[in-house]
Amino acid sequence: MIHPIPSGTRDVLPDETREVRAITDTLRGVFESHGYGEIYTPALEYESVLARADMAEARPAYRVFDESGAVLVLRSDMTVPIARVVATRYAGSEPPLRFCYFAHCYRGVRPQRGQPRELLQAGIELIGSPAPSGTAEALSVLCDALDATGLKDFRIGLGDASLFPALMSSLRVREERQASLLEALVMRDFVGLDQMLAESGIDRSAAQVLLEVPQRRGGPEVLADLPAPADEAVKGLARVHELLSASAAERVIFDLGLVRNIGYYTGAVFEVYDPALGAPIGGGGRYDELLARFGRSLPAVGFALGVDRLHMALAGEERGTGALLERTDGAGLAASGAPGGAGRPAR
Amino acid sequence: MSPTNGLTIAVPRGALFAGTVELLAALGLDTAELSSNDRKLLFDDIGVITMRPTDVPTYVEAGAADLGVTGKDVLLEQTAQRPGEGGREVYELLDLGYGRCTMVLASRDAPVDPAHEALRRLGVMRVATKYPRIAARHLEETGRQAEIVEVKGSVELAPLTGMVEAIVDLTATGTTLRENNLLVREEIVECTARLIANPVAHKLKAAPIDDLLEQLRALPAATGSAPRGAD
Repeated sequence: MIHPIPSGTRDVLPDETREVRAITDTLRGVFESHGYGEIYTPALEYESVLARADMAEARPAYRVFDESGAVLVLRSDMTVPIARVVATRYAGSEPPLRFCYFAHCYRGVRPQRGQPRELLQAGIELIGSPAPSGTAEALSVLCDALDATGLKDFRIGLGDASLFPALMSSLRVREERQASLLEALVMRDFVGLDQMLAESGIDRSAAQVLLEVPQRRGGPEVLADLPAPADEAVKGLARVHELLSASAAERVIFDLGLVRNIGYYTGAVFEVYDPALGAPIGGGGRYDELLARFGRSLPAVGFALGVDRLHMALAGEERGTGALLERTDGAGLAASGAPGGAGRPAR
Repeated sequence: MSPTNGLTIAVPRGALFAGTVELLAALGLDTAELSSNDRKLLFDDIGVITMRPTDVPTYVEAGAADLGVTGKDVLLEQTAQRPGEGGREVYELLDLGYGRCTMVLASRDAPVDPAHEALRRLGVMRVATKYPRIAARHLEETGRQAEIVEVKGSVELAPLTGMVEAIVDLTATGTTLRENNLLVREEIVECTARLIANPVAHKLKAAPIDDLLEQLRALPAATGSAPRGAD
């Protein structure tokens, strides 16, 4: 007999559960030790409430009607529900507020791909602590938590969501073109970006800046020699980097093209990579304007880890056969693969 | 150190193979075995794995290869074209210029375009293709209703048997279309070979990837003249 479950969902049996539980227990211990109290929120929320946030890519995908005809959605992340909690349960509390969570979130799946419909996320939200100190705190907790799980080779890509839009505005890219250029960058279609810039009539030097800057990634040296409009974002990133401990700072790869596909991010954004996995393990960033949409204007930052992906990366590192782990045969990876390795601008 | 900087590159067998081998050779890679042994799949010593062109994004997305070469047609079919759309997640880094082909909509060479006629009288045209997403997107963007029929090979057969009124397919010289009495009605998009990267490798191996990009850009203008021969 076949009793199917929806694609993108899984039954988790005892061997796997034990390992996953060990990971989440470790993460919880680190989060709690940094003062992040765990909270639960309902998996179902009113659509009208979550719609206050601009979720873009992570928009809730599942809707049901309740007995009175109101539209309920299955939450697609925990950041927005926690923003709601802060604005309602903590309306009068003195910031900063610190929360952590371990929760299943629900996303629409992409046809023909092994994307999860239901994913377990582990994360923190730090509300009321502005950049750069708040960002640095979140990154420190992130590094401590991953260190505690035993993940060895992870790196943090750090960028700023406001950088590319600021460059476009200052280089006088017409408003109606900005969206499609940003879209090409979000899709990381650098060939398309190049073509669009060539067709847009923007002068060549400006086009060159818009093509070159987002391809910069590597150590602190990629922050040098940038055009003036990038100053604010770049100084902010440098400040965050200074505030990190040496061991956390070493994990950082500056990535000036990093744009996450969630609309509410405003400033620093980051993603976690491990050579044992071909896709990011998690990510986060600043969302300084989200809380105001729920009636309490506070700067905020947070991150979420995909627990299953973290589990896969740990298993991959253990086997030593991860997708992108350095080859040990004669060919050998260039020295730049080592921590602190720097990518120069492509052109 | 190898000229590919220790990176693993997914190389497509088939129409783009010759151009890609030429490119790798120009970078100083020893491609003798690669071009002489077409059974072998894994060339560890030079960091090359070979596969069907349509599998390249799959291996690159999973991180089994850091970089890959594949046609824009494959990318248009397999990757998201706008945020929120489903698709393989790979970065498109460089237009390599060779393997130039055109994605076209073609129908039988008759005094009245059968596709146009079907649309006018029946409100929908039937279109056979190996590229259902590209075909559907093109017809949507041009405001026409279509029934997309996916076939795996010899698309030209479909309109000749009356199964469909039109096809969407890749053509380099148009010879196969002409031989089958088909006429190009619309050119949809030009396709060339593209260099793609795994998103995580693009960060973790930034320096070797950028170094390779620089070498590629420094090569004399792409060998774009040789058509891919998709016909």
